[in-house]
Amino acid sequence: MKKFFLSLTVMVFSGMCVMAQTTISGKIVDAKSGAPIPNASVIVKGSAMGTSTGNDGSYKLDVPSSSTVIVVTSLGFLSKELSAGSGINNITLSSSGTKNLDEIVVVGFGTKIKRDVTGNIARVKGTEVQNMPVTNLNQALQGRAAGVFVEASSGKVGEGVKILIRGSGSISASNSPLYVIDGIPISTNSYSGSPISDINFNDVESFDILKDASAAAIYGSRAANGVVLITTKRGRAGKTAFQVNTQYGSNKPTHLRGFLDAKEYIDLLREAAVNSDKLGGVDPSDPTQYPGSWLQFAEKRLTRYSGYSDWRKLETNTNWEKLAFNDQAKTSAIDVSASGGNEKSRFYLSLSYINQDGILIGNKLKRLSSRINLDQSVSEKFKIGLNLSLTQTTTGRVPDDNQFSTPMQIVALSPVTPFRDKNGNVYNSPTTTYSNPYVDYAEGKYNSTTYRNVGNVYGQYNFNPALFFRTEFGVDIQNQNDDQFYGANTAAGTGTNGYGESDWFKSLTYNTNNYFNFKKKFGGLHDVDAVLGMSYQNYNSEKANVFGEQFPSQQLQKLASAGLIKGGTSIETSSAFLSYFSRANYKFNNKYLLSLSGRVDGSSVFGNNRRYGFFPAGSAGWIVTEENFLKNQSLLSFLKLRGSWGLTGNADGFGDFASRGLWGGAAYNGTGGLVPTQLANPDLRWEKSNQVDLGLDFGFFRNRISGEIDVYKRKTNDLIYNVPVPGNTGYSNKTVNIGSMENKGLEIVLNTDNVVTKNFKWSSNLNMAFNRNKITKLDGDQTTLAGNDGRYLNSLIVGESIGIFYGPKFAGADPNNGDALYYQKDNTTTNDYNKAENFVVGNPNPKLIAGFGNTVSYRGVDLSVLFQGVFGNQIENGAGGFMSASFDWFDNQTRDQIGRWQKKGDITQIPQLRLAGGNGISASSRYIENGDYIRLKNVTLSYNIPLTAITNLHLTSARFYVTGVNLLTFTKYKGWDPEVNADYRAGNRNQGGDFYSAPQIRNISVGLNLGF
Amino acid sequence: MKKYIIILSVLTTLMAGCGKKLDIQPTQSLDENQVFTSDANIKVALNGAYDVASGGPLLGGDLQMYSELLGSDGEISWVGTFNQPDEIFNKKILTNNSFVRDTYLEGYKVINICNNIINSINVVKESDRNVVKGQALFLRGLMYFELVELYAKPYSAGNANTNLGLQLVTTPTLNGQITDANKVARSTVQQTYDLIVADLTAAKPLIGTSRGVKGSKSAVAATLSRVYLQMANYAGARDEADYVIQNSGGSLETEYSKAFNNTAPSSEDLFVLPITAQDGTSDLHTFFSIFDFGARDGDIEINQQHLDLYEADDARLAFFYLDGNGIYRSGKWLLQYKYLPVIRLAEMYLTRAEANFRLGTIVGATPAQDLLRIRTRAGLAAVPVTLENILLERRLELAHEGQRIQDIKRLKLSVDGLAYDANTLVFPIPLREINAGAGVVLQNPGY
Repeated sequence: MKKFFLSLTVMVFSGMCVMAQTTISGKIVDAKSGAPIPNASVIVKGSAMGTSTGNDGSYKLDVPSSSTVIVVTSLGFLSKELSAGSGINNITLSSSGTKNLDEIVVVGFGTKIKRDVTGNIARVKGTEVQNMPVTNLNQALQGRAAGVFVEASSGKVGEGVKILIRGSGSISASNSPLYVIDGIPISTNSYSGSPISDINFNDVESFDILKDASAAAIYGSRAANGVVLITTKRGRAGKTAFQVNTQYGSNKPTHLRGFLDAKEYIDLLREAAVNSDKLGGVDPSDPTQYPGSWLQFAEKRLTRYSGYSDWRKLETNTNWEKLAFNDQAKTSAIDVSASGGNEKSRFYLSLSYINQDGILIGNKLKRLSSRINLDQSVSEKFKIGLNLSLTQTTTGRVPDDNQFSTPMQIVALSPVTPFRDKNGNVYNSPTTTYSNPYVDYAEGKYNSTTYRNVGNVYGQYNFNPALFFRTEFGVDIQNQNDDQFYGANTAAGTGTNGYGESDWFKSLTYNTNNYFNFKKKFGGLHDVDAVLGMSYQNYNSEKANVFGEQFPSQQLQKLASAGLIKGGTSIETSSAFLSYFSRANYKFNNKYLLSLSGRVDGSSVFGNNRRYGFFPAGSAGWIVTEENFLKNQSLLSFLKLRGSWGLTGNADGFGDFASRGLWGGAAYNGTGGLVPTQLANPDLRWEKSNQVDLGLDFGFFRNRISGEIDVYKRKTNDLIYNVPVPGNTGYSNKTVNIGSMENKGLEIVLNTDNVVTKNFKWSSNLNMAFNRNKITKLDGDQTTLAGNDGRYLNSLIVGESIGIFYGPKFAGADPNNGDALYYQKDNTTTNDYNKAENFVVGNPNPKLIAGFGNTVSYRGVDLSVLFQGVFGNQIENGAGGFMSASFDWFDNQTRDQIGRWQKKGDITQIPQLRLAGGNGISASSRYIENGDYIRLKNVTLSYNIPLTAITNLHLTSARFYVTGVNLLTFTKYKGWDPEVNADYRAGNRNQGGDFYSAPQIRNISVGLNLGF
Repeated sequence: MKKYIIILSVLTTLMAGCGKKLDIQPTQSLDENQVFTSDANIKVALNGAYDVASGGPLLGGDLQMYSELLGSDGEISWVGTFNQPDEIFNKKILTNNSFVRDTYLEGYKVINICNNIINSINVVKESDRNVVKGQALFLRGLMYFELVELYAKPYSAGNANTNLGLQLVTTPTLNGQITDANKVARSTVQQTYDLIVADLTAAKPLIGTSRGVKGSKSAVAATLSRVYLQMANYAGARDEADYVIQNSGGSLETEYSKAFNNTAPSSEDLFVLPITAQDGTSDLHTFFSIFDFGARDGDIEINQQHLDLYEADDARLAFFYLDGNGIYRSGKWLLQYKYLPVIRLAEMYLTRAEANFRLGTIVGATPAQDLLRIRTRAGLAAVPVTLENILLERRLELAHEGQRIQDIKRLKLSVDGLAYDANTLVFPIPLREINAGAGVVLQNPGY
């Protein structure tokens, strides 16, 4: 059968291959050890023709003639150019140190050798994050690339993970980078949850993160926040290689916060009630004054909350916090892949399944994904291919952090309330202080199922070794269904015999890229590489939902059974981008590098007048070590100076029709109505980001020490913002281009090979990024948009960072009477919150982010350890006014409240306890803390079973490993976890907020990799 | 070469026509310049204005709740977790209170829609023009009235020509034009009341007669009677109330409880909001009712102090119910998805009785007859006709329907130890308005 297929293939292709050519083949091995080098690339010099080696180091390549020069490159080795004779060409490569400068990096619409790059591109190889037990690829990237800030809003799986490249670039528009998979930008919209969770990063060959404007500008209007280029694995000619990975682990919260126990709760609550009485001139210990007193009110509540038990006898002491978590949470995963092919046809296939339980009750994610990548050389000149992934992601979601029914809000319940009544039923309101989230977990469901299909086909025609034309057409299809049901005892279903909702979302993004690439060396000194092309992208999404009540039974959860359909809707939105782009790279004598690019973008989201934008960029580099005066020394092995400037744009994240004055549908008394929804602004235009980057790439001692240093300044002008307008206009805001913002920073990357011996190797990688964000202009009129909403203080102030905490500064408890005090303008204090002066009391933007990785290998044992840290930022606990509130109400309190003011002369930060006293519970610096942390992010210890032990089993490799995520966290933050941003409000301005947000997941897993 | 030509022509084809593909129209919104172009559109815009006016921050419950919380005086308690109503209940309102902000914004949203309608009234076909204009004037007058009662000193406090009233806007916001002219200074209380009276007086002859979910001659007159009561213009209040009683076509329900929790307008509703499972909100249900009936946690409790005001066999007392924790709740707002009465006919009898009594007149009926009519329906016998008894009857009949603080202010009573004209019984102008109207919009005293 195989022979038949082969001969068929030969027959088919022999008809097409009319050009004279010859075939070379051979094996590429390490000069030192003689070991085969897999995945080395073999390219016909000056053309796009090439292949890469299989696992055994072998390659086979058709070349135009026997005198062709081929270039052989591989990560970790010095590249080699040689004139290939026909037939067998075995090649040896010598090691070059860790980070090879001849590595190929992916740039927009092409690739480039790292040493020739003049922009700033951070590369994370797929192997670095392979099999990490997280579900979102952004989490896998955390701490691995300089200047890339990653923050999961909480430990909920399947939810948002923020990624900021070189700080926040926008106030209202998107701050998220553009994700491009195999050349096709993908959609980052969804009905709910994170659409990035749909991507199986075990299929990824590399992540190339374009950080500066010159690298990113080829993506013009989409690139102001950087670009993440994701390249998936491709097949290689050679024997079909199979890889199987299985993994299993357990998940725990990183930290528990701790709340009052029953005795403390009763004592402090009664104290608070007595204090409130005394302030009102009531002595509740006097039996005649007791009726109607706060103490009576509190004791009645204690009785109500105690259910069947007696609080006076301390019969119950429930730790509700623990009940928010699933103590059986686990992660299991299995991945299977096969890759192989011949010089004409190559394939990569994979099938992957991951099942991760979140740490919260009811939260889980399952993803089943598959991928087919095919490349077919139709003729020597014409190549076609296909990349296709299909994913099903199923998420068990939990309500957002601001819902009574979200698991974490269970901590508000009183410890005197038993978990279950005597019949074994879980207690609910009114016995519990609020509706019990556990009931929602037990009798509700929120399942989100997404089918995602990201794929593209391409055709590439090589006119001659110097020129090719490539056309790509890609689609990203999302189909999501959120199925919700809450039974008759849940918060949503009470009084209506259950609540059900079905939401459907579908989106189609299609994109086409068409471009020419010209690459040629002239006169031995001049290298030219140029691109010219266009792209068009169209996005369309529709949402529909229906919801109803009155379900006859807990078992009947679909809307077909709803006795009352309450409502439904369907909406649609679309946008389109049309772009023309060009780039030219010039290299002189391998020393001087110059790159220029320009892109014209049109977007449907702007008004006719302001639709098109032009985004140019330029960069230059000088490889100093190529100069003669540095030739005869061995200390400095590589030095490149580079600089870039560019303009990029942002048109995402503020709605598809923001320039229009719109009236939308409404209903009254069963008939349709129209209401104004937004003010027109026909002058709405692109946000433009202007970035300068100066960088230095260096290597010492044959690159055993290498690194990069970059300084940058990125200024975004014409920021889009919903400016408040006087309410008497009938509107609350208008979308305008108002201000400017600046990010300045320094990035340092240092790679060292600390020990390199035959059996023992140790290398380290340190990345650090300092960034300072500053708003330089708002609307020109106002310099302060104060954001104090009672819970949070995130504000916009000229001269300060975006989302700075601006509001009253807490001065502790008044030693005389326990009143909460705030500073006034003259630094005196007041107990009147309305009279408190506003100060900058914190900054949610980190000053420094860093990652520190170490890999050690000794014989077959490999250890990799990654620390990740965030420094210089503050976090505001928006729930402080409930959980650390001097017993303002019946919510259980954090343990620090024990240190409250009790008597005259007490010096404390915890004001006197007062039931319903509102003593210091409004947003202020009282609830702001430092958010610095260092985390042992990822440790993997693996053992490669020696080949001799496994060859009998027909295996080519076998690796056993133990891996863990978020193993240790060092922080002074007293909340659950310093990596946090309450999901219900997270945004560009709204950063650093904590509101019953779940701690991150700590996972420990074991796994086995087999290759055959 | 041929190949280049082929490729280039393919590429050119791909590019051609793409520019037009950037012209994408929204599918669930109309561009504003398409709205006021037809008779039909203006009528649906009017419906939109009713939708906003009936929303939670306005007549859908919050306006009424504010009145009850400000006028609580120990008779009700706010025990919920929301800080915003809690601040109002405690008369310690922060200027950034989001309820206070949203009510203001939504009120002006209605006013702007009305201004747009009035501005384009000539597009409406002639036969309907008066009715549409009358509706828009009614809603505008009603919104200004509801806002002035909360955001400015009461009329009864005197100095109406100097005390700050509202920002008066009678022209539409068009084409996204926002300039310094939109920073409108506050007019006086007197000017505000003048506009309200002018709008309502102009609306009355134009508007239709059909009593119910939209403005009608009776709804306008009933609103005017409330306005005149605030202004202590008892003759005006009496005559409007009498007009309603004579002309509304409605009648008191046979039982008190039948005036509430209905799925259609009751026979005594002069203006009622249609709330169904599919549309409309009742924040009165949300905050007054309890978890078991689909509300929140029973955020507002009725205290014994209030119940003590009733005679033992008062049907209105029996209408309160006990929840599972021994706390009394208002039966008026018991159930979800029930119509929300804004003005009932019963109030007109009490207004006419009070005004007739004060003026010594007997327009329509004697105060004794009107008082007895209300008492009889509650299962009670006659009592001596005194101003005190008429006012007590009003307090009980309209309990928890959002009239309490207005009555306290016009009658110059004290509440929670505060004088009727205390600064803290007036809402602050929302902080955002002070900021957006920087230097022009002045804050209320005490904030």
